[in-house]
Amino acid sequence: MNLLSVSNLNVNFHMKEQELAALIDVSFTLNRGERIAIVGESGAGKSVLGFSIVNLIGKPGYIASGSIKLENKDITQMNLRQLQEIRGKRIAMIFQDPMMTLNPVLTIGDQLVETIRSHTKISYKDARNIAIEKLHNVQIASPEKRFDQYPHELSGGMRQRVIIASVLLLNPDIIIADEPTTALDVTIQAEILQLLLAICRDNGVALVLISHDLGVVSKVAERTIVMYAGRVVEEGPTLEIINDPQHPYTQGLLNALPQMTLPGQRLNQIQGSMPSLAERPSGCAFHPRCPYATERCRQEQPSFIYSGVSSVACFLVEDMLNEFAEQDKEVNE
Amino acid sequence: MLIFLLRRLIQACFVMIIISVISFAIQDKLGDPVQQMVGMSVSTEERNQLRNELGLNDGFFSQYWRFAKGAIHGDLGTSYYYKEPALDVIFKKLPATLELAFCAILVVILVATPCGVLAAIKPKHIVSRLLMIMSSIGLSVPIFIIAIFMVYIFSIELNVAPSFGRGHTTELFGLWESGIFTKDGLKHLLLPTFTLAIALMPIFVRLIRAEMMEVLQSEYIRFAWSKGLSASRIYFVHALKNTMLPVITVGGIQAGTLVAYTILTETIFQWPGMGFLFMDAVSRVDTPLISAYLIVVGGMFVITNTVVDLIYGLVNPTVRLASHGL
Repeated sequence: MNLLSVSNLNVNFHMKEQELAALIDVSFTLNRGERIAIVGESGAGKSVLGFSIVNLIGKPGYIASGSIKLENKDITQMNLRQLQEIRGKRIAMIFQDPMMTLNPVLTIGDQLVETIRSHTKISYKDARNIAIEKLHNVQIASPEKRFDQYPHELSGGMRQRVIIASVLLLNPDIIIADEPTTALDVTIQAEILQLLLAICRDNGVALVLISHDLGVVSKVAERTIVMYAGRVVEEGPTLEIINDPQHPYTQGLLNALPQMTLPGQRLNQIQGSMPSLAERPSGCAFHPRCPYATERCRQEQPSFIYSGVSSVACFLVEDMLNEFAEQDKEVNE
Repeated sequence: MLIFLLRRLIQACFVMIIISVISFAIQDKLGDPVQQMVGMSVSTEERNQLRNELGLNDGFFSQYWRFAKGAIHGDLGTSYYYKEPALDVIFKKLPATLELAFCAILVVILVATPCGVLAAIKPKHIVSRLLMIMSSIGLSVPIFIIAIFMVYIFSIELNVAPSFGRGHTTELFGLWESGIFTKDGLKHLLLPTFTLAIALMPIFVRLIRAEMMEVLQSEYIRFAWSKGLSASRIYFVHALKNTMLPVITVGGIQAGTLVAYTILTETIFQWPGMGFLFMDAVSRVDTPLISAYLIVVGGMFVITNTVVDLIYGLVNPTVRLASHGL
């Protein structure tokens, strides 16, 4: 059985005049110990997806339909008490900006110990020992000293390590990391990423990495989900997606990487920008920015088709596959 | 910490000097103390002699100099009416005012905090809406109207609490006359305390609500939720502590307002405290007593604000008193 399976998830934002769809029909699965990435530009719905896994979407967002099953229990049907049991203990989250994530008026130790003690009956002393051990695991020097310090006494990279230690406290099955390195110094990004990778690998923890940086994703994730305007547009093994992207949007994202341009040249970019929730284009939402868009793209929403190991929602790929199939037929005849 | 206190002390000296100049300067603008002391039948000559004896005919600076020299030795002049040192007169009335203010602050903290938190957590709840409406009314209705209503309802109609005086008091250590250790004294405290508290409450309820709502939007609160903490821990440990930082600062400033409100409350309830004394002193043109009162209140201001800053430093770890000195 899959550790986590999200199926046909729809998340809406309840606005005064209208319901805005932030996620439409999102489905994916995650196996034990697997590392997947969710990529897309800002506004694609990556973070909303990450937060909806623990049912922590900020108001006015809410899960409109679909299911999120952790083994066989549906998270969307849980009450607050059941959710609190899962949060932190089975699914833990790492947030984007370590400067904002820790409470400024509580010590590092308080914030670690409270997590343990809210899930297990354990003495303060034992909890402290666990916390210090985990701080040690994320390569924080002199953890006993850090334990009594306040967040403002630590650097950004150090704080992100503390946060990683904090999500490890209860040995969760899944870590959701929402752009864990975006807010950090470039030199520290790689360190934190390596740490996260090593920790997931060593402990068999499944990782959902939310990122807009395909370079980061390629180093960490085994599987990648590409999102655009609230929908999954392509999904497959990371290697496959990077070497042979099918969807024009994925191709555009890859082309936009600085590594794809010669020094001194203008960086490639995808024309236009991500539409806001209220102005979702008809048909395939990417069509206004797509160089290959046809009349059909403007009117119909493409469904998922499987091409080899990945699946894509694009008429272009569908037509191409159909053509190949026909050629095959002719050859066979 | 020591540097901070030292700095505060120096600042306090400056503040006190300025207050003393101002309070001394207004003395001869308040009316003629001699007129109040001797009545109609005394001749102009005799009056002038009395003026000379009191030093009222000297220039402003020589008068102030005399006053300042005395003030350094703890002598703020002698009350014309009581014929006693002004400070002694005030200190005799101080316990009544301090007890009233302390009880009012206690009520404000105990009531405004849960109300503000509730209004922030459940802004659409009927109780929260009622609280907001009531606090708007509370902000706009003057304190003496509240006081009159309190007296009308609780003293006259329901007859549950007395409307004036301190009731039965006990001596503590021979120098503090206290009303909070007898049942009668507590009963007398009831109405003035709640009147004062009602006057201060709305601003605190609104402030706590607004701050808490902002704090609840922050990333660290979301992170706390993602750790699976209980709602009560998130609201009362994670959020409330951050909410209280600005509230403490405003609280310190409000301490001044409290003094102003005490004058009104004490006058309405005939509460034998400093505020009541001050009103009497004004009507008797007892100028040394007026100056002494202003200086004592100024001193209380400085002390409360220092204490508030110390508390702020304790609650907020990012403030280090020694290095910043505020």
